[in-house]
Amino acid sequence: MLEIKNLHASIEDKEILRGINLKVRPGEIHAIMGPNGSGKSTLASVLTGNEKFKVIEGEVLFNGKDLLELSPEDRAREGIFLSFQYPVEIPGVSMVNFMRTALNEHRKYNGLEPLSASEFLKLMREKKKLVEIDSNLTNRSVNEGFSGGEKKKNEIFQMAMLEPKLAILDETDSGLDIDALRIVANGVNKLKRPDNAVVVITHYQRLLDYIVPDFVHVLYQGRIVKSAGKELAFELEEKGYDWIKKEVEE
Amino acid sequence: MADDKNKILDDVTGGEYKYGFSTDIEMDYIPKGLSEDVVRLISKKKNEPEFMLEFRLKAFRQWKKMKQPTWPHLTLPEIDFNDIIYYAAPKKKPELKSLDEVDPELKATFDKLGIPLDEQKVLAGVAVDAVMDSVSVKTTFKETLAEKGIIFCSISEAIQEYPDLVKKYLGSVVSYADNFYAALNSAVFSDGSFVYIPKGVRCPMELSTYFRINAINTGQFERTLIVADDDSYVSYLEGCTAPQRDENQLHAAIVEIIVMERAEVKYSTVQNWYPGDKEGKGGIFNFVTKRAHCKGDYSKVSWTQVETGSAITWKYPSCILQGDHSVGEFYSVAVTNNYQQADTGTKMIHLGKNTRSLIVSKGVSAGKSQNSYRGLVKVAKKAENARNFSQCDSLLLGDKCGAHTFPYIDAHNNTAIVEHEATTSKIGEDQIFYCNQRGISTEDAIGLIVNGYVKDVINQLPMEFAVEAQKLLQISLEGSVG
Repeated sequence: MLEIKNLHASIEDKEILRGINLKVRPGEIHAIMGPNGSGKSTLASVLTGNEKFKVIEGEVLFNGKDLLELSPEDRAREGIFLSFQYPVEIPGVSMVNFMRTALNEHRKYNGLEPLSASEFLKLMREKKKLVEIDSNLTNRSVNEGFSGGEKKKNEIFQMAMLEPKLAILDETDSGLDIDALRIVANGVNKLKRPDNAVVVITHYQRLLDYIVPDFVHVLYQGRIVKSAGKELAFELEEKGYDWIKKEVEE
Repeated sequence: MADDKNKILDDVTGGEYKYGFSTDIEMDYIPKGLSEDVVRLISKKKNEPEFMLEFRLKAFRQWKKMKQPTWPHLTLPEIDFNDIIYYAAPKKKPELKSLDEVDPELKATFDKLGIPLDEQKVLAGVAVDAVMDSVSVKTTFKETLAEKGIIFCSISEAIQEYPDLVKKYLGSVVSYADNFYAALNSAVFSDGSFVYIPKGVRCPMELSTYFRINAINTGQFERTLIVADDDSYVSYLEGCTAPQRDENQLHAAIVEIIVMERAEVKYSTVQNWYPGDKEGKGGIFNFVTKRAHCKGDYSKVSWTQVETGSAITWKYPSCILQGDHSVGEFYSVAVTNNYQQADTGTKMIHLGKNTRSLIVSKGVSAGKSQNSYRGLVKVAKKAENARNFSQCDSLLLGDKCGAHTFPYIDAHNNTAIVEHEATTSKIGEDQIFYCNQRGISTEDAIGLIVNGYVKDVINQLPMEFAVEAQKLLQISLEGSVG
């Protein structure tokens, strides 16, 4: 599904990603861990086409298509979803209007008719229930005045609406209390299917108690320096990142 | 990165003016230039009674003594007032009973404009008085309105048919000496609309006028007069477009509204005059004086305007709140792009006791445009307990445009409460990216955000107009990213 080959990327001439290689197949959950500043969020931004970052070298294929050639909106319409670490507020734009525009753009891209207002509202009710999001959040402007936890739940709600092929969760656990964390993780698990995939970017192991990864990768200084099964997450939790750093430097 | 941004900014003109067609219709012109003879000629062509000629001549003599105002925050080019045709009318002056009799070319023009002249729209309950260049072409639904005693006709017709009403009210709110452009309009106005709502009558449909400047080198000086008698209600819509031309065209209109006891008038404008091309060439100069006089106690007037067009806009729909407990409202969206300039706002003059006014102004600036809000809230000595609240917001797209706010407050009664709030914001790149990541293109994202930003104003518009206004906003901002 996703294939990253030797990806190098920079921001303001500072190279952050220095040769990433990663393969994600349908049905898999990958966790990307690593110390602060290792390039985890940069990877998410580059994959989704944030123009602040510049790709210097490398290739990214998504279902056979050259992802780096596509505009950010086309990448989204191809089925890549990013749950933002810091979702922005868009005052004045209602969640309903925002979501309906987004969903119908996806449908148009895939040659489908737009949903009618009643079909859309019905779908929205179903998905709200699925991800246990408070009903009145969707009556407000996009993220405006939402608490940290509400913003993250809202991201998962949007994911449920758009049904992406590949979801990238960027530090979705940060700022969540344990109940909110469980709700968010349950939402992600309910949306999991054999034909989609999830990349979880996280600093801590605790989210991985709920969203259990098939693979754990450690990102350090812009490279994946270690990959293993879920047991690696426990090891990191126990021993921290220093031993990895040491290994790399040796 | 910076280059990308510039490129996007340069693409600002992606949205072309879609009303930029002109129609070949045989026109009756009078020669260019302005003199007493021209004023007399206009009056004669229109077969006006003596009092109108006097009115025009007084205005003309006054105008000759006046100068173009220089106080607005605008870069005004020299206007050669002798290089303008002051009267142009379609040659076959139609006095028609059914749609079939309308000149097909003219009808095609209106169809292109989407003017609701056709049967469907009539069924939708819209009565239209369409003004093309200077003569009102057709008024629909007149008969239905007549049953209720409502008069809705062209101002020329009103001068012939209801001279007493016209004589009584014309110039009573905006005097011919009010300002330079008002004097000019009073001297040469060629047509416009007249509305009279009798006592106790609620006008059952939205009244609507469409203005369009078609002929080359013509100025449009229309004149609208609305009188709402005691306990009456009317909602009036005005839409404006013009063909694309390289030279500037002049539009200097006057709207006067008189509101009697407990009556209410809603006046909505969607103004989409040709704004000029991306280099700032061509476009309409829109110098308009609009004023309402809340004469009776408990009267109410509400101005709603969506201004997306014109090269230069100079316009301050105002309310004179004379009746006790009278209410004035002003809701405005002004969008400027490329080299457009807008200096717009309102004046709320509180004279009566317990008068209230509300101002909601939303400016959106893009490209290299300049957008100013200018508002005056005046509370006279006897205006006990006057209240005003003003909200003036500016939204900037890009870093080459300007937004300015000039609020003036002049209070002479210490029981008055006057509040003013203002904000300035930019559409953030992170907001755009967030939308992109959900599959929404940058242009649609700007449309969503701008429409969200202006919705307090758009919500004041009648349904049909609101939809059109939203589309217009999107078109006028196509390609502009901040």
